[in-house]
Amino acid sequence: MGRLTQRIEVTLDTLLESVDLAEDITLRVAEIAGFDEEHRYRIGMSVREAVINAYEYGNVHDRTRHIYLVFELLAAELVIHVRDQGRGFRLEDVPDPLAEENLLKTSGRGLFLIRAFMDQLRVVFAPAGGAEVIMSKRLPAPQSSVSAGAGEG
Amino acid sequence: MNVIATNRDIGDTTVVDISGRITLGEGSALLRTLVRQLLDQGHKFIVLNLADVSYIDSSGIGELVSSFTAAKKEGGELKLLNLTKKVHDLLLITKLFTVFDVHDDEEKAIASFAR
Repeated sequence: MGRLTQRIEVTLDTLLESVDLAEDITLRVAEIAGFDEEHRYRIGMSVREAVINAYEYGNVHDRTRHIYLVFELLAAELVIHVRDQGRGFRLEDVPDPLAEENLLKTSGRGLFLIRAFMDQLRVVFAPAGGAEVIMSKRLPAPQSSVSAGAGEG
Repeated sequence: MNVIATNRDIGDTTVVDISGRITLGEGSALLRTLVRQLLDQGHKFIVLNLADVSYIDSSGIGELVSSFTAAKKEGGELKLLNLTKKVHDLLLITKLFTVFDVHDDEEKAIASFAR
């Protein structure tokens, strides 16, 4: 179990601009967490996709609702929660975008991309209502500046 | 502007050079409008040059699919040219690489249309 070291909470308005904002914040958090550029891109896109879902399908563009973004930087992983104020959904009810009949659909790939880019993905019905997408990524191994066998004597 | 698109007509083919981000909102909307306009004007053979597309999200992917099917519906074809690694990888993991005709040579892309 990782020790909780940092927690950041952001409340976003249900606006198109919030999608870019969420991604920008995520890229910054991922940089602080030590992820390289490729992993920052993947984590940023995963949050982007979760916020798009919240904006489009959870809050259905309703500006009176909010999107809640939480980053937990633990000792071994970065855990990110994206919660909307919609009706919620079950991950197993989301159609597989790789199925032959869905390949030419113009939507429905967001959660698939999150699953591809993150280590873990869960969707729960949040106690306060709405869907809560919970994703996590293991932190990169710390870079050691001391070569093997060159420890303090 | 997150995205810029310019057209070049080469014979009966229109090459659309796109640069920037194709994402939810402006980028996807621009691509949708542009491709629909080209099809309405009777341009049947369209190549999207994505060499300078730095980023694409699920909405952008959806818009590529929508453009592809719209072209087919009009009896035309839409092909992709010069994918960046990020876009290439996204099309691979979403299995769309098997749907789109993807090229890395403009002349070959133009020559490949079934006329």
